[in-house]
Amino acid sequence: MSTALLEVRSLEVVFDGFRAVADLDLTVDEGEVRFLIGPNGAGKTTLVDVVTGRTRPASGSVRFGGRELVGMAEHEIVHLGIGRTFQTATVFEQLTVVDNIDLAANFRRPLRSLLRRRRGVDERVRVALDAVGLAPLADEPAAVLSHGQRQWLEIAMLLVQEPKLLLLDEPVAGMTKEERTRTGELVQAIARQRTVVVVEHDMDFLRRFAQRVTVLHEGTVLCEGTVAEVQADERVQEVYLGRGGGTRHGPEAAAVGPGA
Amino acid sequence: MRRWSGHAGFVAAGAGLLVVAPMLLSDFRLGLLAKYLCFAIAAVGIDLAWGFGGMLTLGQGVFFGLGGYAMGMWLKLQDAGPGGLPDFMSYSGLEEVPWFWRPFSSGWVALSAAIVLPVALAVGLGFLIFRQRVRGASFAILTQALAAAFVILLVGQQRYTAGTNGLTNMKQLFGYDLDDPTNQRSLYVVVAVALGVVYLVARQLVKSRYGRLLVAVRDGEDRVRFLGYNPTKVKTLAFAVSAGMAGLAGALFVPVVGIMSPALLGVVPSLELLIGVAVGGRATLVGAVLGTILVNYAKTGLSEQFASGWLYLQGALFIAVVAFAPRGLAGLADLARRRRPSRAERPVVDLAQEPVTGPALEPAK
Repeated sequence: MSTALLEVRSLEVVFDGFRAVADLDLTVDEGEVRFLIGPNGAGKTTLVDVVTGRTRPASGSVRFGGRELVGMAEHEIVHLGIGRTFQTATVFEQLTVVDNIDLAANFRRPLRSLLRRRRGVDERVRVALDAVGLAPLADEPAAVLSHGQRQWLEIAMLLVQEPKLLLLDEPVAGMTKEERTRTGELVQAIARQRTVVVVEHDMDFLRRFAQRVTVLHEGTVLCEGTVAEVQADERVQEVYLGRGGGTRHGPEAAAVGPGA
Repeated sequence: MRRWSGHAGFVAAGAGLLVVAPMLLSDFRLGLLAKYLCFAIAAVGIDLAWGFGGMLTLGQGVFFGLGGYAMGMWLKLQDAGPGGLPDFMSYSGLEEVPWFWRPFSSGWVALSAAIVLPVALAVGLGFLIFRQRVRGASFAILTQALAAAFVILLVGQQRYTAGTNGLTNMKQLFGYDLDDPTNQRSLYVVVAVALGVVYLVARQLVKSRYGRLLVAVRDGEDRVRFLGYNPTKVKTLAFAVSAGMAGLAGALFVPVVGIMSPALLGVVPSLELLIGVAVGGRATLVGAVLGTILVNYAKTGLSEQFASGWLYLQGALFIAVVAFAPRGLAGLADLARRRRPSRAERPVVDLAQEPVTGPALEPAK
């Protein structure tokens, strides 16, 4: 049943002599929901950046459905069917909510067909608006949205593009408890039809919604498994509890410990 | 409702320019207004590139000049007659018309070149510059350098370009005497209509999906890439349209004012084209037009009173706008209009505290 959709092989990323990612291998199967966790600086976002073409690796390969992504431009990768959100949701504040989604929806159309005005709201745009519950705010500028609503708008913009693979970078960071639950259920609903990779710190969120978890540490994969397996892994505890792992990840360490 | 008020505004402005102004203004003043309208055409283009696209183009004089020289070359060749040599060429010892002048003996070639040349240059430059992700101050400096280089080229190639003097003393256009006030009045109408067309084109672009995309690129170029669009194309298109408009403005300027010279397209004139947009309010097309007319009117008025004072005032004006009214007159007008009633209407405050709108959680099946 499982065919590999995303294959990362011996990836190495260097920033100014600092190796952010080293010898990283990762395989994500089609239809999977994969969580990426790890302390700050483990290379989670860097990995997402490489997959989406934002960062060029020093060496290694990233294949998506068999096609090499390294060297492709960001927008070309989007056209292959990979979409992403950002840690701090970035939407176009000067545009209305519906225009934000409409823009995302029409990315496959040639530029010249965009020279006409939008008449009404496309059906798929309406569906995406409803899915994230922003329909009542459709004609407001995105600038008025709260932090949580911006994340949902980003997710709607992703959904309407119908990507095969979604990369969500900390989708619940800074959200209230209630917003987290809603986002989690939204991610679950999305994952029914697509492959999703979620970068997340929030352990509570992880326990509730993760199937498989990959733990990154110092730019490489530390271990992989179910939430329970990962939590029981000694090396993970070591990294998070700080025996040689540093003191900067206090709150997360507490959350991932075996008793938590 | 808004749509109708927009149409009414356009019709009113058209009536004002085409009927009222010619009735009220002397030949001299109407000629000046025609000149301002030429600048306004270029300003609409700048507004597209800068106001909506975030490309601070300080070299618009290059495109204005290409259009102007294309037109000027044609008029000079016409005055010289078939086989004749434009006056400045014979002074500088040329025996025959250089090859790159020859196509401009046809009016239609010259008129289309006035737009096609700037567009082609902008497309070429745009692809090179934007693909390298040059933007912001670097882009501004690059375009400014371009304006400076263009002037040096024109001045240096005196035999072919008439150097510092520029192309002057043009007598006729399509056989009409350019010194005849009646013809100048007709020319004014042509310029006003051209401005109307340019405005409508820009408006269509701005209101279209492409216009939204352009604003998105301005506010988050990198984010747009992850939506699957190539910002290079988006920006190049706006830059090319703005160059075409500047070219048209330059071409119209020549018969109206009767001269095209390097002094009209260097660094300072390129900046002056921008000031009107800044004063009127960038990212509003009406603001760009009104701002440009206003600033140029003020320039004429003040230069008539104290010749050297204008430069300082212009600088002060620019600083004042940037510091205190970044959205220009249009921004101030907006502010005045909203002052009173809107506090209660504005939804901004409520939304943050309203937890009701969130994802609908029914399974999507």
